[in-house]
Parts: sequence; C-alpha cells; structure tokens
Amino acid sequence: MDARRHIHALRKVIDAVQPAVPASAESRFALGANGPDRALGGGLQRGALHEIIAAGQPDAAAAAGFCAGLCISATRRAPGAGARAPAAARRHGVVWIRQVYGEMESGKLYPHGLREMGMPPGRLIHIRLKDATEILRAGMEAIGCKALGAVVVEIPGSPKILDLTATRRLSLAAEKSGVPLFLLRICPQAEGSAATTRWQIRSAPSRALEANAPGLAAFDITLLRHRAGPAGQRWRLEWDRDAQLFREPALSRPVVSLSPDRPAASSGKEEWRRAG
Amino acid sequence: MVTTRHNNAMRVAAVDRRAALLGLKAGLALADARARVPDIDAHEHQPEADQALLAHVADWCDRYTPVVAEDLPDGLTLEISGSTHLFGGEAALMADLRGRLKGFGLSVRTVIASTTDCARTLARFGGQGLVARGEEKRACASLPVGALQLDQDRMVALRRAGLARIADLAERPRKPLAARFGVDMIERLSGILGEVDRPLSPRRPIPEFSAEQRFADPIGLAEDIGAAFDALSRDLCETLEKYGKGGRRFEAVFFRADGATRRIQALSGRPLRDRTALKRLFTTRLEALADPLDPGFGFDMIRLSAFGMEAAAPAQVHFEREHAEEEAVADLIDRLTARYGPAAVECFLPEESHVPERAARHVPAISAMPWKSGWPEALPGEPPLRPLLMLCPAQLVETVAMVPDGPPLRFRWRRVLHEIARAEGPERIAPEWWRKEPGQTRDYYRVEDTQGHRFWLFRCGLYGREAGEIRWYIHGLFA
Repeated sequence: MDARRHIHALRKVIDAVQPAVPASAESRFALGANGPDRALGGGLQRGALHEIIAAGQPDAAAAAGFCAGLCISATRRAPGAGARAPAAARRHGVVWIRQVYGEMESGKLYPHGLREMGMPPGRLIHIRLKDATEILRAGMEAIGCKALGAVVVEIPGSPKILDLTATRRLSLAAEKSGVPLFLLRICPQAEGSAATTRWQIRSAPSRALEANAPGLAAFDITLLRHRAGPAGQRWRLEWDRDAQLFREPALSRPVVSLSPDRPAASSGKEEWRRAG
Repeated sequence: MVTTRHNNAMRVAAVDRRAALLGLKAGLALADARARVPDIDAHEHQPEADQALLAHVADWCDRYTPVVAEDLPDGLTLEISGSTHLFGGEAALMADLRGRLKGFGLSVRTVIASTTDCARTLARFGGQGLVARGEEKRACASLPVGALQLDQDRMVALRRAGLARIADLAERPRKPLAARFGVDMIERLSGILGEVDRPLSPRRPIPEFSAEQRFADPIGLAEDIGAAFDALSRDLCETLEKYGKGGRRFEAVFFRADGATRRIQALSGRPLRDRTALKRLFTTRLEALADPLDPGFGFDMIRLSAFGMEAAAPAQVHFEREHAEEEAVADLIDRLTARYGPAAVECFLPEESHVPERAARHVPAISAMPWKSGWPEALPGEPPLRPLLMLCPAQLVETVAMVPDGPPLRFRWRRVLHEIARAEGPERIAPEWWRKEPGQTRDYYRVEDTQGHRFWLFRCGLYGREAGEIRWYIHGLFA
C-alpha cells in the first residue's frame, strides 16, 4: 500500500518535471531532410527550447543561418493549404534578440541576407540589447506572445546568468505559448541546459556550382542532445531557399546542380556561370 | 540681499523684507549697502537658479491647469477657465495656490482677471485679488504708467506730458497717442484694460484628452497607486472610445505632496485606447526606470494624458485570428519599446541603393509598418548572393589575388589565413557619384575557404583607372 503511494507520488513529481509531449502534427515542424526528421520523430517540437551552438567563432554565420532556416521552417505554410493553413503556420512574426557587443565580433544581421535565405525582412523584429540579463528578460517577454512564429535569443559566450534555471524558465515559457524558441549561442562552455534539443553547427563546404562558384548554404550539424530520443548523430545539410527546407545532399562526389534549361554538366570545371 | 554685476560694479539686485526695513533697496552699489549695514548677507545673483525654480514651480502649477506659461523673469500665467470648478471656484483656487506656495516658503502675488495682460500687470504693479469681467478699467486706473513697461525715452515723454497713471491714458483718444508713443504702447494699454486678449504660449503641449485624480490623503503604496492608475486609465479610455480616437503617446504625471512632479511617458506603435494594454505599457515603463518612482511623502494627484490622437475604429470583437495576432505583436513591440527604448527595438525597411550598407534602413519598430514594405524577391535557383551577417564597417584584409581583377587566392583576416577553394565574382558596384564622398568602385567576390566558411570580400578601387591604393576588405559572412 505504502509502495503504491510512493510510486504515485514519484509519478506526479516526474510529470511535473517532464513536459507533456503533445503528439499532434501541429506541435511539430519538419526540417525537410529525412535523417534529422526521422531522428526527431517527425520534426522539431514547436513549444520548446532548442539550443543552437556555433562550434567556433567562424561558424557564427552558419549557426545564424541554420537558425534562420529553422525560423522559416517553423513559419512556412503547408503547400496547398492556402488560407486554411494551420493556425501555427499563419503566425509569421519572428523576434530576433541580439547583443550589441556581439555585432562587433560577428557582424550585424543584414536584411538582404535574410531575404536571400528566404525570410522576408519585414517579418523580423530585431532587438539589440546591452547584456545577457536584458536579453534573457526580453526573451521571456517575447516568448510569452503567442502570436509570434518563432523567437531567437542570441547570446555570445557563457554568461553566468544563463544557467539551468534560466533555460528551464525559457523552456517552460515556450511550452506555455507554443512558440519555438531558438537559443543561439556562439562558442559556449559545456553546461547544463533544459533545452529539448541541442545542436552543434559547423560550416560545411558547399557543392560547387558551375565555374567553381560557392553553392547553397551548407551545414555540418550534430544533434548533441535530444530529450525524447537518441542523440549524437551527425548530418550534412543544405538549405534550399526556393523549397524552404533543408536537404541532405548526395554524399558522393560534389555534383553540379541540375537545371531544366541547361544540359547537365559532368566535370564541374566550366569557366562561366550565369549569375544574377 | 542679492547682488549682480552691472557696468563693472556690484549692485544690489533684490532685497528681502528685512533688508528693506533696514533701508536698502535695489540699484544701490554693494559698497554703499555695506557701508550702511556692515554685516549684510550678500549673495551673487544666479539667473539660471531663478529660472530653474520658476520651471519647477511651473511644473507644480500643472496641477491646476495644463496651460501654464512662463512670464520671465519671475511670473507665471495660468489659464484656469474650465478648471475652477475642481477647486470650488476662482477664489478658492487662488487661496489654495497661495496657501501651498507660501508653505514652500515663496512669497507670491496673485491676480485672477479675464485677460492675460491685465492679470500679469496687476500682479506686478498693483495688488492682488480677483478682477471680474468688465472691472478691468477700474482696477487698473490707479496704476502708474510704468506698468506699460515702455523704454526710458517714452517714459520721460509720458511724464513730461503730465500723464502719470493709466487712468490718464484710458480716456484719451487712441490715435494721437499712437502717433506720439507708438502702436505697441496702445496695444499694451488695451491689453491691460482688458479690451483685447493675448493668447498664452504654454510651456508644454496641451493634452487632447486627460484624466486626473486628486487624493485628500497623499498615497504612496504601490497597490494604491496601481488602483488609482486603473481608474484613470479606465476613465481615459472611455473618453477616447466616445470620441473614436486612440493615442500614440501617453504621459502620466505624478504630483508629490512636497511639490515635486514626475513625468513618465510611454509610446505606442498604433492608436491605443485599450485599458489593459495601457496599464501593461506603463507597468513595463515603470519597471524599466533607472531611478524608480519615489513617492516620498505620497502623491496627492495623478494625471494621465493622451497625445498624438489618431482615429481608431471602435473596439469590437474580431473573429478573424489574423487581426488579433497582429494586435498582440504590436502590443509586444510597445512593451519592449517602453522597456528598452525605441532605438533598441527595430525593424528593417528597404532603401533604393546598390551600395550594400545603404540598401536597408533600421527604423524603430514602433514608428514603422514593416510588413507593408516591399523587398525585392530573391532570384530562384541562385545561392544566397548577399551575406547574412554584415560587418559594419568593412574590415581590412590582406590578400593574395590575381591582378588586375581576379578573385583572391587566399586572405588573412583576424590573423587567420583562409585558403580559398571556390570563388565567384566580381560583382561590380559603382560608387554613388552624386554623393559628396562617393568612394571608389567595389568589386565583390563570394568566396569559400577550404574549411567551408563563406565570405563576402571586395576590392576597393580599380587598377590603373582609379587613383589611390587598392585595398581588400571583408564585408560579410554567408551562412
């Protein structure tokens, strides 16, 4: 009798600590690439905290690009759904909170660059603040707004204030509002975090276009941590802006992208590429 | 006693009552004054301090009416028509004002009259009290002509003509007077006699709508202030609703019992008249104050005003969710702006320029409608041609590149050498020659190093065609 009561009490505690995982399709969004989507069980959870980590300072742009891709994936309309798209996809405002100091190191968000990634810059509310305390506070305020499509909180380094409690708080707030929260961190030290998933991002060489031009944005991503499944897998992904999804490029030798109006090239050694 | 330097001599500028009893008066040389009363307490005149005090008193006078005008150097004019009933009539208002100012240790002379000039002249030269409409002429009759505040020459001329009092001038035909003493003298005269009224120029913009609450006992507890604020925002929002308006700028004025006033402003991105949103906006604003609201011995009045009126559709329940979501986002922008200031919360607007750093503008989100702006579409099938992160300003790099216009082979940035594996370019961007300092032609290259990092480099200047040194810069980072 006593044992049963104990187990009941423990269950309650576990329920309180572990977030309930809603299973509906609307609570997840797919990345588009098969590997990660399968590992995540259909996609990233919407009302949750996801930590995106740049492996080093030079990978800051890649991590920001991956984040932008996730924001777009979270707010994209299902093809053909039109006006009857699920409510979660109709919210498209994105709040991106950055530290002014970090801009010296890794540069400012460039709206035309966002546009080139596929996010209309008009959707973005860009907040620039002094320190991590302000950023976390603004992040809490923003994640409370259910009408947003996604919130990005970018914090360089490892400030003391960003501890397990702070991430737990963000995570709970995201769960409450159902808005995905991406915590973008540039080379942090390893530490405890209440994030649902944690990703490490590195830039990867792109598949060259004709005339050896740099191709689509490419990432080398590692799923460091996943609360509801296995972790540790590594993928190489490409962001396809036109389709608004991530893709796994063919793993064999770099190939030239096929185009319907041009003959498929084989050598990748052309002198010219039509650009612009 | 207060002294001032006049023509290189220290002279007495003003005396207090006790000094006056000792026979001292303004205009006396300091040396003479000291000879008469050796241990006189003399202070140098500080006009700035006087002005600051006057401004402080003017702020405090806001409790009687929002229309307060400064009448330098030592006067204030209040437009009280419409607010006397709050104090139980003109006489009661004046008694209240006098009593409180005396409590602060100031000596005041007050006059209520139906025109500005009449009131201020009487206060300065006559006595005090209430002048009913139509009584101006009688009240001012005995004033000296000095009350006209004319220059020395004309004063002498008036005295020579035997005109010593206002009454002497009041009954004379105006035209000959104007011919002799100038039109401005006639204007002043008719102002004093209450024949014409001059509009006041108030110190602060007058709110279009406001609500205020006075407390018999000053309140200081946060809950009390919150409750009072609730009531005020309800009143204000109801009024706004009645007129179909919404405010873009709100101001709360807290009048402390000891005479200090504190003004707190909050901005809104859209015409606002929602009570809860207004309350939340001010709560955020108050939390973000660097020096928090200090109730001291309590506030005895709070006023909430709305400025920048715009028409707002009557509130109704929206069945489409889209609209409610837009409202919620606007609300969030308002709150974040209230906390971190308009410059910290921004959005982007496109600009017509090919120079990359000029092609977009950062504007406060509170003042713009970013989702209505038109950005060019990205070309389908192309990789990203503009970097996600831009370095402002562009940073100098050392490169090895083919001359004159080949892509770089390797470059050194922040002491790290990057070997270039892929490159595309140049994308030539000409300087905007119509500007004052157009700069040089830039050739942009998209490059990728062997590690897979993508950069946006440019060469500034053309070999053999543009003067000056050729330099390479890094301008952005691609994802």
